[in-house]
Amino acid sequence: MPKGIWVYIEQFDGQIKKVSLEVLSASRKAAEELGHELCAVLPGKGVLEMAYTLGKYGADKVYVLEDDVLENFTTDGYANAIAGLIKENEPYAFLLGYTMCGRDLAAQVAQKVETGLMSDCVDMTVEDGQLVFTRPIYAGKVFVKATCPEARPVMASIRPNSFMAEENKKEAEIVNAPFQVGDIRQEIKDIVRQVSERPELTEADIIVSGGRGMKSPENYKVIEELADVLGAAVGASRAAVDAGWVPHNMQVGQTGKTVSPVLYIACGISGAIQHLAGMGSSKCIVAINKDPEANIFKVADYGIVGDLFDVVPLLKEEFESFL
Amino acid sequence: MNIVVCLKQTFDTEAKIKLTGDGRIDNKGVSLIINPYDEFAVEEALKLKEKDGGEVTVVSVGGQQAQDALRQALAMGADKAMLIDPGTEEVDEYIAATVLAKALSGMDYDIILGGWRAIDDSSAQVAGRIAEILNIPVVNMVTKLEVEGGKAVATREIEGGSEVIEVSLPAMITAQKGLNEPRYPSMKGIMKAKKKPMGKTTAADVGVDELTTKVKALSFSLPKPREAGKVIEGEAPDAAKELARLLHQEAKIF
Ligand SMILES: Cc1cc2nc3c(=O)[nH]c(=O)nc-3n(C[C@H](O)[C@H](O)[C@H](O)COP(=O)(O)OP(=O)(O)OC[C@H]3O[C@@H](n4cnc5c(N)ncnc54)[C@H](O)[C@@H]3O)c2cc1C
Repeated sequence: MPKGIWVYIEQFDGQIKKVSLEVLSASRKAAEELGHELCAVLPGKGVLEMAYTLGKYGADKVYVLEDDVLENFTTDGYANAIAGLIKENEPYAFLLGYTMCGRDLAAQVAQKVETGLMSDCVDMTVEDGQLVFTRPIYAGKVFVKATCPEARPVMASIRPNSFMAEENKKEAEIVNAPFQVGDIRQEIKDIVRQVSERPELTEADIIVSGGRGMKSPENYKVIEELADVLGAAVGASRAAVDAGWVPHNMQVGQTGKTVSPVLYIACGISGAIQHLAGMGSSKCIVAINKDPEANIFKVADYGIVGDLFDVVPLLKEEFESFL
Repeated sequence: MNIVVCLKQTFDTEAKIKLTGDGRIDNKGVSLIINPYDEFAVEEALKLKEKDGGEVTVVSVGGQQAQDALRQALAMGADKAMLIDPGTEEVDEYIAATVLAKALSGMDYDIILGGWRAIDDSSAQVAGRIAEILNIPVVNMVTKLEVEGGKAVATREIEGGSEVIEVSLPAMITAQKGLNEPRYPSMKGIMKAKKKPMGKTTAADVGVDELTTKVKALSFSLPKPREAGKVIEGEAPDAAKELARLLHQEAKIF
């Protein structure tokens, strides 16, 4: 008896994360093929308003887990509540975004219900009546297709920007689910929000990144100005981070963030293998580098050999004129 | 204070990966390193020891070659190492965590450290699973750690900012870049490491019966290599104009 595909809906500051909608939309097709109900699981405080929008992305049912203690994400609170709900309802699959909180939650829930978890997946298909996931390993040098043949639910976390969030109008049933948050051992002492108009690096459609070629922290302004015209996030290579020009949470690469934007513009970045490991799944790569031999040109869809301090401001003007 | 670090040996980041004739990963000839995030964990453990005294134990599940990674941690300054043979070729995160948790449950620990993910499989779940099995709290992706009076206060990254979390010990903490700068082993450290204890045990010895993986790999494939695209010629103003046009008309991004 089919029991449903569940998607965890992550929200922050009253906003649903884009990746949650991507996973929900992608699961719609799988749910239909496998004859499952598609359920969204939405924990938080004051989230009912958000629940109504989930039908638009294909949810048949929304489990709302509403409680003051769920206002901020805590590993214990969220994992206890969701694992309890899973044990009670025994869904076939539980999917979520490979985000900072998503990863926390996924590991805890997977162990609480003793199932397998495939992390950082970039594709999901239905094969021989089961969900099959594809994920890059060895920094994208190999792809593995995997499944969870027996243990339930099948769990997977999905890399942001792997699917399109598509509207698929449904009237979702909203259910207030009973749950237990249990003992929350992580006490939040402080939350520091970065006030930024720019999108989150891991979820951004466009990223403009700067490397050692930026030469100083002040010069990042050149990149930021282009990013602002494009509504893009700003990234960096490790060389720029290690030089202390930008904070480490901007680093893209093997020991930085994995990003998958539609457009990645690399400025003054040589294209070391460890950098490519973090941005190689970008749909379109643009490189601006004064060295025609730079490795980045071997993977870039479009390249300009030139000084970034000449090219980037001109590029900004070009985009300004038609965006 | 007793500090345990879970450490994984991973492939060298420059390594070329091939597939064998039957479509499996061919790891022959691939040089191996300590998972870079675990190096941050080792460094943090050494700092805690320098501050409060105690003992640092590094533990790994893996084959014989993983001794090299453990030896390196000993050379950095860890006191002893333990290598656990999982007893099976196929190890998923569930098995790795179960074996590690079982081995750790027989040890005396105040804090367990690890990297937030391994760079080979990006799974980011073994530490969380261990914490769950041992029933201790976890704080992931920590960039700053203070341990005092039976509590850990950790700053961790969240999307759009950071948060400060307090947990009681024992706790599991996973390291993110920014936590510290790992030290290089000194010549003296390398010599000393040779005499430090390297315990070896097996999953069966720590009390884990035969386990089967929860996740099953169906097939492996190499990605289509990205091809070099167009290099736009000309002076900067023309090149910028042309790039904007191509992104608009050809790539259809705007
Ligand atoms: C274990 C490990 C993990 C690592 N993880 C990461 C990671 O996560 N992310 C990462 O990025 N790196 C990582 N690295 C480092 C990586 O190997 C490279 O050292 C790094 O990516 C280089 O950064 P870069 O391209 O900015 O600098 P460089 O390699 O120095 O390149 C600078 C480029 O800028 C160009 N340039 C200079 N001035 C100008 C100008 N005015 N206009 C245009 N072009 C200009 C130069 O031609 C050059 O190509 C890792 C390394 C190791 C060993």
